[in-house]
Amino acid sequence: MKKLMILTSLILAFGVLAGCNSEKTEGDGTSKPVELLNVSYDPTRELYQEFNEAFVKHWKEESGQDVSIQQSHGGSGKQGRAVIDGLEADVVTLALAYDIDAIYEASNLLAEDWQKRLPENSTPYTSTIVFLVKKDNPKDIKDWDDLIKKDVSVITPNPKTSGGARWNYLAAWAYAEKKFDSDETKVKDFMKKLYQNVEVLDSGARGATTTFVERGIGDVLIAWENEAYLTLEEFGDDKYEIVNPSISILAEPPVAVVDKVAEKKGTKEVAEAYLEYLYSDAGQEIAAKNFYRPRDEKILAKYEDQFANIDMVTVDDTFGGWKKAQETHFNDGGTFDEIYQPQ
Amino acid sequence: MTEGKQKKKRTIPGFGLTMGFTLLYLSIIVLIPLSMVFLNTFSMGFQDFWATITEPRVVASYKLSFLSALTAAFVNAVFGVLIAWVLTRYEFPGKRIIDGLVDLPFALPTAVAGITLTTLYSPNGWIGQFFNFKIAFTPTGIIIALIFIGLPFVVRMVQPVLENIEKGMEEASASLGANRMQTFIKIIFPELIPAILTGFALSFARALGEYGSVVFIAGNMPFKTEISPLIIMTKLEQYDYEGATAVAAVMLIITFIILFTINILQWWTGKRYSGK
Repeated sequence: MKKLMILTSLILAFGVLAGCNSEKTEGDGTSKPVELLNVSYDPTRELYQEFNEAFVKHWKEESGQDVSIQQSHGGSGKQGRAVIDGLEADVVTLALAYDIDAIYEASNLLAEDWQKRLPENSTPYTSTIVFLVKKDNPKDIKDWDDLIKKDVSVITPNPKTSGGARWNYLAAWAYAEKKFDSDETKVKDFMKKLYQNVEVLDSGARGATTTFVERGIGDVLIAWENEAYLTLEEFGDDKYEIVNPSISILAEPPVAVVDKVAEKKGTKEVAEAYLEYLYSDAGQEIAAKNFYRPRDEKILAKYEDQFANIDMVTVDDTFGGWKKAQETHFNDGGTFDEIYQPQ
Repeated sequence: MTEGKQKKKRTIPGFGLTMGFTLLYLSIIVLIPLSMVFLNTFSMGFQDFWATITEPRVVASYKLSFLSALTAAFVNAVFGVLIAWVLTRYEFPGKRIIDGLVDLPFALPTAVAGITLTTLYSPNGWIGQFFNFKIAFTPTGIIIALIFIGLPFVVRMVQPVLENIEKGMEEASASLGANRMQTFIKIIFPELIPAILTGFALSFARALGEYGSVVFIAGNMPFKTEISPLIIMTKLEQYDYEGATAVAAVMLIITFIILFTINILQWWTGKRYSGK
């Protein structure tokens, strides 16, 4: 009996090893099955599930090759660090350019000008920042101004730990800058009042949504547009509604092939095709269905009643790019820390 | 945990071999990873290091982390003994189940514990609604989460000791005219002290490094409810590895001092009461 057990386990072990070996790809152009790892951030889970299925079909028709795609999700910064520390991602699809810049700076796994390689700043889909309020808007919240009223409680995640929260912060800042004509003291005062109304700083965007929806804390949630629509879908629009502020920010979650990893694994061709497919009609449709704003004008027009027309600023024009925005606002000693300095 | 009690001639050979193995094993598992923390810190220069660890926000987080961990460990030391007492001294239906429940906080992923506790104690939660002050998103909430995750340590440390106390000792003390209280204070409690201290130390150390369950219930407000592990995470989020390890190094040093003190206490009480 014991001998039999040992024999079986040996056979199994060899079987697994052999299995691992047979999956090794031998460069591009072969029709051997290939595996991609897409390292992404939290709210894209549903989007990429659907997109991966479509791409697998498309690639089989295109090249006859079987491709399987592994997904990894988590906080954008944490995911970036995992890639730096050696997680072998063929492609990264993160919440902000800053996290992919960090991969270039820390490990040189891709080129410095990675963001120029694909159209539209390497962001095939965009999103923006909106408000989620309780049905019928009892506190009558229409714009950023209403968030600093004394009796309004705001929920937004912590910009120190959440990519989404940084977009929220910058959107509010852009509004204040326009309102006070770039008077820095007044802008900071506005931000201070806003964050004084924040009761809980969750560490991630999903956590903030949970605090607002499940625990019923706060009057307004500042959220990703796609996250807000998902909440409506999940909890019904008889409980919550979306308010579009007068100004928001164009959130651009970029995508990139991690060159060194893809070259090593021999997956470069399929990895590039994978990202390009995001720009195709099929890819853009899937993005729109998952409440991300498609870049393609035609498809955006098709979904226009879903995406309100909001006046949006961009990080590059208003804040001088992500690197600068991160240094000015979110690194230790930046404006976000300033807001919380005890007087 | 009660080493150094017996100063007899060693009867079993192989001290050199086992000691060598112990040192090697501890080095690989504990010392090398920990020394990486300090190596990382040394690369930043003393001034930066000092500036990082004396920042008001970081100092506030140290205070919160250490105080809440100590409070939670203390509460666990008191109630853990109570639970251990009930589990060892009485027979009642469902005892096995209750005994198994004690270990649950170990088995539960910390994030699940955090979300569950927050749901219970938030202002509109099942328990939170009966209080006219906030529990979740305040230091009280943090302490509750830490009590939850540290409970098994004390119970599991004290239980075997209680089971092994000889009935004869208590009978002797009773026959010499001591009442139940005196018997507990003079006979039973001294026997338990080393185990309680160990449980306290383990519960405290575990509470200090706890991140997963606390971030959900803390509210993470700067200067009010930011724990040190969260500060470390925010530094990592800025790709500031050195700053993160600096904060971690300070936590390690303070923790080591506290644990070392507890160990000395243990050794001292063990010597004093065992009369060996």
